[in-house]
Parts: sequence; C-alpha cells; structure tokens
Amino acid sequence: MTHILLRHRDIPGIHKLDVYRAHGGYQALQKALSEHTPDEVIQIVRDSSLRGRGGAGFPTGVKWSFIPKAPGDKYVIINTDESETGTFKDRELCEYNPHQVIEGALIAAYAIGAKTVYNYFRGEYMDAAHAFEEALQEAYAAGLIGQNILGSGFSVDFYCHYGAGAYICGEETALIKSLEGELGQPWSKPPFPAIEGLYGKPTVVNNTETLANVPPIIINGADWYKSMGTPQSPGPKIVCMSGHVEKPGNYEVEMGVTYRQLIEMAGGMRGGKKFKALLPSGGSGPVITEKALDAPLTYEGLTPFGSVMGSASVIVMDETVDMVWAAQKMTHFFKHESCGKCTPCREGTFWMEKVLHRIYEGHGSQKDVDTLQSVAQQIKGKTLCALGEFAVSPVLSTLAHFPQEYRAKLAK
Amino acid sequence: MSDLVTITIDGVEVNVPKGTLVVDAAKRIGNDIPVFCYHPKMTPVGMCRMCLVEIGLPVRDRATGELLRNPDGTPQINFGRNLQTACTVQVSPGMVVRTNTPFVREGREAIIEFILSSHPLDCPICDKGGECPLQNLTMAHGKGDTRMEFTDKMKLAKHVPLGELIYLDRERCIQCGRCVRFQDEVVDDPVLQFHNRGRSLEIVTMSDPGFDSYWSGNTTDICPVGALTTADFRFGARPWELTPVATLSPHGPAGSNMTFSTRIEAAAGGRTVIKRIMPRQHELVNEIWISDRDRFVHHFADAPERLTQPLLRKNGSLIPVSWDEALEFVAQKLKGFDGTAVAGLSGDRMSNEDFFLFQKLIRQGLKSNHIDLANGRLAGGDVVAQVGVVNDTTYDLPQRLGVGDAVLVVACDLHEEEPVWWLRARQAAKRGATLVTLNARPTRLDREAAFAIHYAPGTAVETIRRLLNAAKVEVEQSDDPIVAAAQALVKANNLTIFYGAEGITYEESDAIARLLGNLLLVKNGGSGHVGRVNNGLIPVWPHNNTQGAWDMGIHPAFEPGYKPVKTPGRNATAVYAGVANGEIRALYLMGADPVGDGLMDGRGQLKLLVVQELFLTQTAALADVVLPAQSWAEREGTFTSGERRVQRYYPAITPVGECRPDWQILAQMGERLGLGKAPFAASLVFRDLAKVVKPYKGMDYRSLAQVAKQWPDVGGEDLYYGGTAYENRSGLGQQWPITPPKEPFAVPDVEVPVPQGLTLMRIAALYTPGTLNRHTKLLAARLAQPTLLLHPQDAYALALQDGEPVTVAVNSGNVQATLRISEDAPVGLALIRAIPYQPGTAVAHITRVAEFASS
Ligand SMILES: Cc1cc2nc3c(=O)[nH]c(=O)nc-3n(C[C@H](O)[C@H](O)[C@H](O)COP(=O)(O)O)c2cc1C
Ligand code: SF4
Ligand code: SF4
Ligand code: FES
Repeated sequence: MTHILLRHRDIPGIHKLDVYRAHGGYQALQKALSEHTPDEVIQIVRDSSLRGRGGAGFPTGVKWSFIPKAPGDKYVIINTDESETGTFKDRELCEYNPHQVIEGALIAAYAIGAKTVYNYFRGEYMDAAHAFEEALQEAYAAGLIGQNILGSGFSVDFYCHYGAGAYICGEETALIKSLEGELGQPWSKPPFPAIEGLYGKPTVVNNTETLANVPPIIINGADWYKSMGTPQSPGPKIVCMSGHVEKPGNYEVEMGVTYRQLIEMAGGMRGGKKFKALLPSGGSGPVITEKALDAPLTYEGLTPFGSVMGSASVIVMDETVDMVWAAQKMTHFFKHESCGKCTPCREGTFWMEKVLHRIYEGHGSQKDVDTLQSVAQQIKGKTLCALGEFAVSPVLSTLAHFPQEYRAKLAK
Repeated sequence: MSDLVTITIDGVEVNVPKGTLVVDAAKRIGNDIPVFCYHPKMTPVGMCRMCLVEIGLPVRDRATGELLRNPDGTPQINFGRNLQTACTVQVSPGMVVRTNTPFVREGREAIIEFILSSHPLDCPICDKGGECPLQNLTMAHGKGDTRMEFTDKMKLAKHVPLGELIYLDRERCIQCGRCVRFQDEVVDDPVLQFHNRGRSLEIVTMSDPGFDSYWSGNTTDICPVGALTTADFRFGARPWELTPVATLSPHGPAGSNMTFSTRIEAAAGGRTVIKRIMPRQHELVNEIWISDRDRFVHHFADAPERLTQPLLRKNGSLIPVSWDEALEFVAQKLKGFDGTAVAGLSGDRMSNEDFFLFQKLIRQGLKSNHIDLANGRLAGGDVVAQVGVVNDTTYDLPQRLGVGDAVLVVACDLHEEEPVWWLRARQAAKRGATLVTLNARPTRLDREAAFAIHYAPGTAVETIRRLLNAAKVEVEQSDDPIVAAAQALVKANNLTIFYGAEGITYEESDAIARLLGNLLLVKNGGSGHVGRVNNGLIPVWPHNNTQGAWDMGIHPAFEPGYKPVKTPGRNATAVYAGVANGEIRALYLMGADPVGDGLMDGRGQLKLLVVQELFLTQTAALADVVLPAQSWAEREGTFTSGERRVQRYYPAITPVGECRPDWQILAQMGERLGLGKAPFAASLVFRDLAKVVKPYKGMDYRSLAQVAKQWPDVGGEDLYYGGTAYENRSGLGQQWPITPPKEPFAVPDVEVPVPQGLTLMRIAALYTPGTLNRHTKLLAARLAQPTLLLHPQDAYALALQDGEPVTVAVNSGNVQATLRISEDAPVGLALIRAIPYQPGTAVAHITRVAEFASS
C-alpha cells in the first residue's frame, strides 16, 4: 500500500520542498486558492467526512464552518502537543513529511479566513519542531507562506510554539491559554474556540494528522476519500503501536481494520507471549481484552466494549503485565498531568494514586479497593475538561476486567 | 420586557433577564445553589464544580423545530447524562433545573468530600471559623465523614506572606481562584497567579513588594476559606466574639460603607476595641469593596498619643484641667472679642453635626463671618448643589454607566485620591462608556481612556473652556482630541464628571467647577446632563466630609444650605494674614493644623488660640486651650459624600479618656455663650440642622438608617455567595436633591501665573504619610516616600541621576526627595509626591543634596 500520510516512507527526502513539490506537493493549495472559494473548500472537507484525529473525532469541515464569516482576526492552530501516553504519530509527520501538514494548515487558513497559523509543539519535540521549522523557511522562501501566496492575494504568517511539556496543553482551550503565555488550564466551554479562541478571536484547533489529510482530499475529492475506511469513519489512520509487540511503531492503515490485525501487522506478540489486554487510546481509553480484539478501528468500533479509538495509540500488554501496576502507572500520569483547575480531577487523581499505591505495595484493604472504585465514580462526569474523565478509565476498566488482580494484592 | 426568560427550578417558575446564570436565577427565588468559585461580581469559571445541578432543555423536532410533548401535553425535557455547573450555564426558555435530586445531592457530597480530602480542617484556630463558606456548605451538603486516610493528606506551608499585609495558608486554599480573578478583573492589579499544576497548584504573588495592590484586603473577604488573612487581624479574635458596628470611611469622599468588628479586650484594659474593618454592601457607593487604606487605617483611633483631657495654658505650659474649667475659660475669653477680630477654621473630616454647631458658634455666638476650611483645596460646592450627580434609586442591580455613556475625569488621580471612584470610572469604561481624562500629566486611568488629554501646567481653565466651547457646536469629525472628546461627551446618553484640584489653585478649581457645570448644561440636540440618573458633577474632595462642610456653611460666603451671607467674612488665607498682622485676635480651630500644614506662621498676633483635636498637633502645642475630641470610631454622626449622600456612622469603641464629640464641645460652649441649651444627642443636632439646611429637609437619623434588599445578593448571612462582606443593616443614607440652575454659571476670570521653565506639581499618593496613616504600623513599608519624578530629558538637562537625593522647594520650605527619572513626568513638569499639600504649580527649584555616586 502506498502511504497517504506517511509518504516519506515511499518517497525519500520528501521533507525537502523540491521533492515534495516534485510529487504533487502544494498543488492542493494552488487548487484551493485558484479554483475554490473558501466556502467550497469547507464543503469539500465536509463532504469527505474527515473527522478529527486528535481523539474526539469531530467532523473537521463542520468545525471550520462554525467560524464566523465576518472579517477580523482568525487563527488556525495545529495541535502537535501529542502528550498522550503511547502516541507518536504527529511527531513523525512533522519531522519527515512536514510540508503536507503545512499545506493542510494553509488550506484551513484559507478556508476560514485566518491570517496566522501556529503549530503548538510539545516541548520535548525539539527535533521534530526543528525539521518543521526548516520546512517552514523553505516554504516562506518559495512564496508559499507570507504575503500574496502564489499570487492569489491570500497572505498568511506561520509560527511554531514550544510548549513546556504538559499533557493538558493538548486540550484545545488549555493550548490556547498556553499559547497566550498564560498558565495552561482549560476553560469551561462555551465559549468555544470557533467563536472566542486565541486572543478572544475565532480559532480552529486541529490535530496535526487531521490537517495532513486535507491536501489529498482537495486533490482527489471527497468521494475518493470516502472510498477508504467505513462510512462513518472514512480515510486512512496512523496507529501508534507500542508495548509487547515485535515491531512497535507507526502504521498507516485504512480505518476499519481490527485490533487483532493491528497486532499482527506489528509483528505479533513479543516473544510469542500471550495477549492480556490493550489500551486502545493510550492511558485515556479504558483497557480492552481479548474479546474486543475483532472490533474495527473506527470511532464507533469499541463502543460496545466500553472503550474508544481516541488517537489510536495502541499499547499492547502481554500476560506478564500486572494490571494493578499498570493502573497505578497511568493514574500517576494523570495525577501528574492534571492541571488542578477543577476539584474532582485535582483532588481525585491525587487520592486515587495514594490508594492505588497502597494496594500495589500490598498494604491495601478491601476498603481501599472500594474507596478507589467510589472515588473514580465520583470524578466521572463532574470534571471541567475531559482529562478528569480520562483519568478514571484505567482504574475503572482494570477494576472491571481484572478484579482478581486487585484482590490478590490485598494485605493478608 | 421581551428579554425576560422563564425557567423552572425545582418546580418553581422564575422570570429573569436573558443572559442570567442559572445560579443567580435560583438565588432570586431563594434557592441557594452552593458555590465556591463563583462570585456574582466576577466572570464565572466553573472550576470548583460545587454548583452541579441537573439542567434539562425542551426537546425540539429536528426537522420542524416544534417542541416535542409528552402525552400529557407538557414539553419533553432532555436532561443530559451529566450534572452541569449552574454558575456557567445561562438560562434559556423552557429550561428545567433540578437542584434537590439524589443525583445532585450525591454530586454535592462528592465535591465536598474532594475538597475536604486535602483541607487541614484546622477550624479551631482558623480566622474564618464561624463565618466560613466551606464550614457552612460542609454542614449543609457534606456527608459528615471522610474516607481519606489522614496519612494520605498533603502537608503544605501554613504561613506564607504574600507581602506584609496578607498571609496565605496553602493547606486551606481550595484553589477557587476568586482572589486571582478579583485582582485581575475587578481591580486590574493582576499580582496574584496560580502556579504549578494538579494538587501542587498554588497561589503566588507576582509583584515586588508582594501583593502590591491597594485592594489586597478584599481578597480575604471573598476567599471562601481561611486561606487568606490580613496581618492586621489574623489570630486576633474569633468571629463569634465580634460585634459588628456600621461605619463609614473616615478618609475619602466616596463615603464607603464599612463595618467595624469590635470586641471588649482585657489587653486594652477592658475597653471595646476595633479588631478589623470590613466592607458593608452599598451597591451605589462602594459595592462590596474597600481599599486597604479604608481597611487598615483605623489604628489612630486607639493611638497612645491621643489627647485625653482638656489642656489649659498656665504659666506657659499646657496643664490638664476639667472640662468645666476649660469651657468656662474659653467662653469668658471669647466674650471679650469683637466679632470682626474672631475667626473659626475647621478641618474637613468632622461630622455634619460638628460643622453645623461650629458655624453656629462662630456666626451666632461670636457674631463673625470669618469661617472657612483651614486647608480648602477644591472649590465648587455651590456648583455641585445645582448640577451634582443624581444616583439611581434602585438597589436591584442598579443602573451603571456603560455603552453610550461617558465619564470625564478632570485634574485628579482617582486611583490615589479615591480608589473606589477609580474603580467605578474604570468599570464604566470596561462596560463600554467613553472615558475622557484631562490632566497635566498621565494617570493610571489613561489606560482605559478613549481620550487622555494632557494640558500644559497653568492652562487647565483654558483647556476646559475650549472643551466647553467645542461641545456647543456640532462637529462631525475632528483630529483635535479636545473637539473629538467634547463631541463624545455632549452626545453621551449619560455623563458623569469627576473633578479635582491636582496642579490647580483654589480659584482655578472654582472656575473649572463652573465651566464643567456649563458643560453639563449644554443640550446640543440632547437633553443635557443635569438632573438625570447617572448624570452630573462629582467633586473629588480631599477628605471624607468636605461636602458636609460646604453644606453646613463652613464658608465665608455661604450659610448652611448655600444661603449667601450678606457680608462675607474672611477666607482662610485672609484669616492667616489677619493672624499675622493682628487684625484677627482670636482663632477657634476644629480638627485643623495650619501650622503643621505650613499655612500659618505660628501664633502671629493671636490673643486667643483654641484647638479641638485628637492629637497634640503643632498648632495645638501653641494653643491656649486644647479640647480633646472623640474620633469617628467613638461616637455617632453623619458624613455627606461627594455624591451628596448623607450617611450615618455609629459609635463602636469606648471613648478615649475624657474626650467628647466635637458637636458636644461646641454645644456646651454655645450654651455658655447664650445659644441655648445644649442638645444631648447627635440625632437632635441633626434634627435641628435638617430644619435649617434646606436640602436636608425631611431627613432624620431614622430615615438615614433605612435599608433595602440589594442585588446581587452578596454580603448576606449566606456568606458563601459573596464572601464575608457585611450585609447593610444600618442604613443606605439619602442623597440630597440638587436645584438645577436656571441659566449657565457665570465664570470668573482667574489669573493663573504660568511658571516659566521647569515647573513643579504635587501629585497625590494614597499612602501619603500623615497623622492618620502613620499610626497604622502595618503600612509603614508602603507609605509613599517623598519622590520627585523627572522626565529623562529634564533630568539630563539638570545632570541629575536616578535615585539621587534632591532638595525641592515646596510651599515656604524645602523637602528632601528621591529623584526618579520617569516618563510619567511630562517634559518640563516635575512631579512630586508624598509631601504636604501644595496648590497649583510653581517654578521648580531642585538642588542636588550632595555628591551622589551612581552605582
Ligand atoms: C487532556 C486532553 C489532551 C489532549 N491532547 C491532544 C493532543 O495532544 N493533540 C491533539 O491533537 N488533540 C488533543 N486533545 C484534543 C483537543 O482538545 C482537540 O479536540 C483537538 O486538537 C481537535 O483537533 P481535531 O478535531 O483535528 O481532532 C486533547 C484533549 C484533552 C481533553
Ligand atoms: S479535569 Fe483535570 S485537567 Fe481538566 S480542568 Fe479539571 S483539573 Fe484541569
Ligand atoms: S486563596 Fe482563597 S480565594 Fe484564593 S484561590 Fe485559595 S481559596 Fe480561593
Ligand atoms: S463551578 Fe460553579 S461555583 Fe464553582
């Protein structure tokens, strides 16, 4: 299969502008600018049913259409915070195929009437960000960014911003606060960024991978795009495979493959060990077990199993994994990454970690397990942003699927 | 009104304006949805999650938009899967809210449990214990038990000074962000911030000195727990031992409503003392905010230096004597002078009752019209009586200036002179009103101003005259900021004008008041700006009751109620001249220190000097008789604000020594001078004055004590909603009505000497060292130090360096100041602060103190 997103795997050197252009690069931008009105671009993306790759799966064209048409400052932000455990797809895109992301973002800017684009990198992504900045400079020099792009009269500036390494800054409103130079804490929506985003102006925040999908859609059309994947979840998807598989890494697949196929694609279970469970969306999606492995990789596929595709960062765990240990690790992560703005997440993650730690260390009692379950339940549905919601899934899903492992740890 | 929305909360219908938050709608019908982070004066943030409720919306058919109905005809309501925060959701038609279901109750229990899981629960030693929103809401909504293991709790620092005024207890903080938002949104001093994240999220101060804001104390009121405490009060008393007593600010002209918390204290010899001062809600005056000066500067009332006994000069020294002896001595002496040789000068911090009896004593008892304020800075009381501002009369979310309205601020620095009014002007601008500032130099309010006009020193009158003339003709557009500003002002729906006396003389301020009065009268197509709510003139008087002094006729040309005097007496300047040349032989002073202020050169040729005072001032030390007066905390009375609001204050602490209230001293003196029996209560004096002072007609202590339900409902018993501001149970006062003029004011020509070369102008500082501020030791480090601000260009010309000590000629003497090179000073205008009052501008004489080595 030729790659649509990870094109550098087929075309060496595509991070260079000339190579990218030699392979059709920036023709989508040219086409959008010369053949389509902004509204037509939005319509094509809408028709393609492209959904956000940042995890929530919101239809991208619909999101763009929320931006008010009135003139004024508007912004496009590329979300390369990518801090979900086990996620590393946006890094590869920015580092090895940056122009496709840039082109997608420029088309988005044209569609909504933004004059400024930011790429928000997680702080640790120095290498990817430097590669991306080099690509930006090339594109600036070639007149693909800046004043009067390709003679169209359309002008855009493009900046990279380095975060300080906070998971919460991937949440779009916290990202905006961080970009504004403030503490990265989300706000309670509404207002939505499409109406009041960066500096109070209409803003589109899209995942890096989402935007990389845009140029091929403009070139090949919505129908082509929908010919891949499933009707509700069309198109290609990069899956980050990690954990106990033989060949961890990014895999570009059509939506709809099963999780079992994904494990096979990644070389099967490491050392031939037995599969125990997997995390379909890093730490933030509930674990699934063997019985869910034939579910398709789509936004809806894991609903019957109480889980989500999310950003498709699949962490595979074999029989050797202690699920209480895993829950504790992930809870530590969420406790560490909670922004602390809202009570249930701030206090609850702190509390859960304490209790889980006690259980893991063998000092816990049944009362601790009950408290853990109840604290997680108490957080659920009460937090300001989704991080709090994510934080309970490792606890509740391991308690649901592996209660015996907890019991085995209780103090005698 | 069409923009009312009807929603149902627990089966009760409520109509509220569009845009109302669910939490506020519930409050209207007495349904107290618990909150921590929400505060009705600030933007909702939805972070504590305490206000979670079930919110349902009517379901509509996707295709037709029709409401879907149940079989019984009621609309189908869709309640989401999750609870929602009532503080962030606005009402919408047909909304149904449930606040008392098991689902909601579980949610509340959960949030309380979470908050308490890291709370130290040290209520027994916490200042807030007894008036704590967290305690109250825990009692109302908590489980009464916790599952958090004590050893799992986080331990944090408990005495973190955020500067020397406010302490933070990190364990008690529940991260509600009220303090951060207050500093940022309400008072524009964003010096507090959240730092770090997760359970390590903590409040830090970003300023040096720490918590650098005139408003810091308010955060301790609105903090819903005992995390923020004032250095003045912390660990000082338990709230339930305290008696609240209503009072007013003794400092600024806004008449801020406050509450003393008092207690009988063994350490004070069984006297009742002030433990703290907190705001008292008055939506038309100070809402629920007071500046730190109003909060902390009360220690002078209990200062050990207070006079305690009448003093009589015998053989050259002041000897304590009985009241009878002192009063008799003064009365007998006064009888020996002809009225033309007697004068009475007063300060402007006394009560209306004091002023009334003071002028009565001088005018009727001593047959003299030589009555004035000892240190009058700002004129125009008579103008204000005709074009003063008219307040709203509703307390139900009173109308405030906003879009389409305008505020003009002339010759003053509200932030330093009356912070509460600065807040008001700023908030009006933030809501969309056009703000125009006119001054000889930039002030902080310029940040919000649509037009910030800086005139050359000495040209204030001329500039305002140009403004007035420009307002009289219709102009479409102009590049001249004065013309453009004039058009904006005259076309505004409502126009409020503040004026002060920065850099101008008393005579100039009189002309300015008249010109501004005329500006308010300009119709230019509209209806003018006199006599309507939110329109009119507000004088930024130097003190809390300058307005009352004018109203009561502490003026050589006006009797009480602005009745012109047939043959006006000497003004203060002429009195001081008379003291020097022997034409004035007897001087009666009340609450004034002209010698200390550099206005009077010793006793001059006085035969008799009588002083009523709190302290042995420089003038009092020279007096024949010193009569010790009670401070405002020991007695009752009324002050009148610059908005002509007559308000009562109440006795709070045990009187110091044998001190008597000023009015009583004057009444007893009057009795000895044949003015009839002395009234025995301030209320009776007020009753008498209300008969004579026309605008006060119909007022009495009872009518002034009337209250009304105020919205937003903060400061009530249910502390959690707004913090521990005190509800106003003791009186909202009454604004006296203006009598609009029949024709424009005649404006006298004033001669303004325009200094040549580098000019010196005194600017205000809230914490200017003075008798009152000095006694609050807590503020010692924040007292403004004499500072001379010079533009870099001027400093360069004088070869002076930043930080260098200099000597500056001020009034008749010299002061030492530190030089600061700053672009806050316009070119050619040196600014000096934290020095005694100096009117107008003068040629700047600046000399280097000594060789100064810059580092
Ligand atoms: C805690 C949290 C972390 C998130 N992190 C990321 C991230 O790293 N990258 C990302 O694209 N979206 C992230 N999101 C989702 C964003 O809020 C947002 O939905 C997304 O960037 C929208 O882009 P899309 O529509 O293209 O997916 C995160 C959301 C939450 C609640
Ligand atoms: S859920 Fe967690 S991360 Fe989100 S706002 Fe609340 S505390 Fe912050
Ligand atoms: S100090 Fe008080 S007001 Fe400030 S965040 Fe903490 S609890 Fe809230
Ligand atoms: S979340 Fe509504 S009061 Fe805090």
